[in-house]
Amino acid sequence: MNIDSINNGVVIDHITAGNGMKLYDLLGLGELDCSVAIIKNVVSRKMGKKDIIKIDADIPVSFDVIGFVDPGATVNIIRGGVLVEKRAIEMPDELVNVIRCKNPRCITSCEQEIDHIFRLTDREHKVYRCIYCETKAN
Amino acid sequence: MKSLIDILDLTTGELDELIACAEDIIANPDKYAEICRGKKLATLFFEPSTRTRMSFEAAMYELGGNVISVTGAASSSAAKGESVADTAKTVSCYTDIIAIRHPKEGAAYVTAKNASVPVINAGDGGHCHPTQTLADLLTIWREKGRFTNLTIGVCGDLKFGRTVHSLINAMSRYEGNRFVLISPEELKVPSYVKKDVLQQKGIPYVQTTDLESVMPELDILYMTRVQRERVFNEEDYLRLKDSYILTVDKLKDAKQDLAILHPLPRVNEISVAVDDDPRACYFKQVLNGKYMRMALILKLLKEAGKIK
Repeated sequence: MNIDSINNGVVIDHITAGNGMKLYDLLGLGELDCSVAIIKNVVSRKMGKKDIIKIDADIPVSFDVIGFVDPGATVNIIRGGVLVEKRAIEMPDELVNVIRCKNPRCITSCEQEIDHIFRLTDREHKVYRCIYCETKAN
Repeated sequence: MKSLIDILDLTTGELDELIACAEDIIANPDKYAEICRGKKLATLFFEPSTRTRMSFEAAMYELGGNVISVTGAASSSAAKGESVADTAKTVSCYTDIIAIRHPKEGAAYVTAKNASVPVINAGDGGHCHPTQTLADLLTIWREKGRFTNLTIGVCGDLKFGRTVHSLINAMSRYEGNRFVLISPEELKVPSYVKKDVLQQKGIPYVQTTDLESVMPELDILYMTRVQRERVFNEEDYLRLKDSYILTVDKLKDAKQDLAILHPLPRVNEISVAVDDDPRACYFKQVLNGKYMRMALILKLLKEAGKIK
């Protein structure tokens, strides 16, 4: 299967197979006017299978969101058909308004103006907890 | 600006300092009788409370200060839809320190982020209740003379019991302690307390549903009630509420120097006959709570530069 190469834009590569749609949703890519391609289950020598997202516009993407969903992913910035930056992603220490706390007893469930903030409490097991009620993100 | 939201906001050194201060207040109450003259404590209680609110108010009066109160969301601007953040900013204009109880978890943290005066968490839903833990710690200190090498049994509602979570957090910082977690299956300690606190620190613990079988091992027995307001339905509450009832007979194999604690209110989980047993410490715990709240108010007002 062929997807055209992009001239100016962003390629998110090495996404764990199955995480592509989650990243698409959390990055809000559905709201963009430009072409966006999600390629699922691409054969990879390193990973067996992987997902790739190609965005045909030079827009800023949230590294925090990518780091939260899939810290093994890489972000490639393409300008004038040339790879100008290749960036490995790390898990962010804090997530602000990326995900919402699902605990109905949390203060964020009733105070509309509060930022939903999650902090990384266990890097090894990739555990984020709400800073208000300590509920685990899932 | 330092506030107390979670018991772990205090280092063990700061806990030692608060305990030393409380002991000095007990020994020399006159020395502290005017120390907060002209200062005001706001008690914002958006959830029912008898002991905690009265304890804070008694503490401030015994330090020579004054108290202004909100009791119940219905009698405050919260009923008009005011946010916790705005309430914090407003109340900061009237007072020197705030104690807040709120049914939502994290409400005290939001208050502290928005207030310009120190904030004390007097209970935020099922999350934290650090000043109860201060009362528990002073009681343990006064009864056992140490925080180390203790077998601590916690019994009852370990799922929603915020005092239990805070106590486990606090006592996990000391050497040689071991926990015995006694609860019905439905009310076991949440996994984050087990994984993030006990397992991560390598602290030995056992889980059981049988109180009597573990009684002889315990140095401290911390009883709790099944909280009607936290269990999701009445049917579950009625089924679980009588899971553990401590009686004089059940104490026959307990150590002679066992300390029985309970954050109160008691419903029926400790028989009234146990009150006469010298090992019953729960009413001493109430008094200790007032002394620790006095020590805490002093510490926070000093750090905020409001008293010398």
